[in-house]
Amino acid sequence: MASLVSHPDEVRVISKRFGQGATDIDRYLQLDGYKAVQKALAMQPDALINEVKNSGLRGRGGAGFSTGMKWSFVPKQSAKPKYVLCNGDESEPGTCKDRLIFEHDPHSVIEGVMIAALAVGSHTGYIYIRGEYRYLSVIMQKAIKDAYAKGFLGKNIFGSGYDLDIYWHGGAGAYEVGEESALMESLEGKRGIPRIRPPFPAVVGLWGGPTVINNAETLAAVPHIILGGADWYAKLGTPKNGGTRLFCLAGNLNKPGVYELPMGYNLRKMIYEVGGGISHGRGLKAVVPGGSSTPVLLPEEIDIPMDFDSVAKAGSMLGSGGVVVLDDTTCIVKFALRTMKFYRHESCGWCIPCREGTDWLEKTLTRFHAGAGSKKDIDNIYYLAENMLGKTFCPLGDAAAMPTMAFVKKFREEFEDHLEGKPCPFEKAGAAEPVIA
Amino acid sequence: MRFSDEFESRFAEMLTHYPTKRSVLVPTLLYAQDEVGSLNDEVIAELASRLDLTELEVRNVISYYSMLTTKPRGKYNVQVCTNIACMLRGGEELLDHCKKKLGIGHKGTTEDGLFSLEEVECIGACSWAPAVQVNYDFHENLTNVKMDEILDECKKKGTQ
Repeated sequence: MASLVSHPDEVRVISKRFGQGATDIDRYLQLDGYKAVQKALAMQPDALINEVKNSGLRGRGGAGFSTGMKWSFVPKQSAKPKYVLCNGDESEPGTCKDRLIFEHDPHSVIEGVMIAALAVGSHTGYIYIRGEYRYLSVIMQKAIKDAYAKGFLGKNIFGSGYDLDIYWHGGAGAYEVGEESALMESLEGKRGIPRIRPPFPAVVGLWGGPTVINNAETLAAVPHIILGGADWYAKLGTPKNGGTRLFCLAGNLNKPGVYELPMGYNLRKMIYEVGGGISHGRGLKAVVPGGSSTPVLLPEEIDIPMDFDSVAKAGSMLGSGGVVVLDDTTCIVKFALRTMKFYRHESCGWCIPCREGTDWLEKTLTRFHAGAGSKKDIDNIYYLAENMLGKTFCPLGDAAAMPTMAFVKKFREEFEDHLEGKPCPFEKAGAAEPVIA
Repeated sequence: MRFSDEFESRFAEMLTHYPTKRSVLVPTLLYAQDEVGSLNDEVIAELASRLDLTELEVRNVISYYSMLTTKPRGKYNVQVCTNIACMLRGGEELLDHCKKKLGIGHKGTTEDGLFSLEEVECIGACSWAPAVQVNYDFHENLTNVKMDEILDECKKKGTQ
């Protein structure tokens, strides 16, 4: 059970039921639960889609695509069944927010899936939860069962004449499965290999049927939007970036934790006020603003509003909401190496630029960090990463390339400090890792 | 081959959730592994036959997912995260400590079969780093001392 934190600047929408016992369906009902879906049942599908469009809700998994827009791509008529798939395969390093939603408010995800299903005319939804989150699967399975027992799911929900089934599904350890097309492959009982697009899942998805895939946090926001209204939700954030977001503050902070803050909250304030500043009285070296795949920001670059557009303007991405803070004792080469080790491990191997690129990069960075690097390696690391970018079936290749390019560009001097047999300046003498030939 | 009643009722129910049988495969493999200890030849043959798949198709899926294994692990699988958020707060030092304390390396198992050790990728505990999962249980904000207590507790329970 992950511990909860709070800060006066928080605006609690998604997290308002955290710690309130809302896993219990009766408690959830007391806390306005399942009111939104009943309101949605009385609305036309187009009105639902427009409401979500106007709310400015954008995908909380990382891509930041307009949720209402995504829903609108699903064809009205379809010979094959339509599906809603909740992506709870949370595994972007730095991110631990969906875990709290499933732990404290599982019914909000179910209700979000229900509203999405009504909006696109689907009668079947799946909630995919990563295999490591077994205790959350137990919570979710019970929540679904309780919803069926109340008649909220199944045939003729709330006496509306609409049939809707929602099922739980579990993973077994794979970052790549968080990518939407690999997620569908996994749910179909296969290796999580991405599918080539087009066609996009909204047209050809699960078992060939049109499929809406949204992150758990995105879906958990939907009932609040339907109840509170698009205008209310949009005004919580910044233009085109509606609402609030769960920010996972991690790394060298005094008060790490998951905080719900309005979209557009200043990053410097997030680190120094909400997160309590850098631990051990050290200085700030860099910030990874939205999960391990997002380009690093320097201390002079952090006076920015944390919304999708502002962070993009600053040359990075808001991503999945995982804010990882590095203090001034961190070796960037080592950090880049650990990041790459992860992507090499998780690359599914389907396409060559990612499979070979992550492997070469990990080997080069390992050798480099051990002091056996040469000057041309620095350019080579950048060149390899650059040649993965945009050249892979799915964004895992980009996710490995983007941060690597930023590390080289922004910390070139630190790479140079490791050259020609010099031990890592951040490690104690003699502690360097063995050289890999 | 026999699984528990709980396994069988879950399996039967899950089959009704999808238009194709093989869709139950990934979660079912994990539940089978939890009961048997590993996905041995017998389990693979059984699930392949139940789902109208070849054994090769099942093995193909097993080899993709990092939690699935064809070799038995220790009773307590100690999974230490060393990914970025944990690394910044001592995850690597914690892994070294576990290696020394248990006398095994990455993916090793102690001779008495009680412990396995694994260096794992992000387990979704970044704001409570460094973190470890022992089987499915999360342990967070760890220190070497807290880790020792957890391992000692496992040892006590496992040898009772």
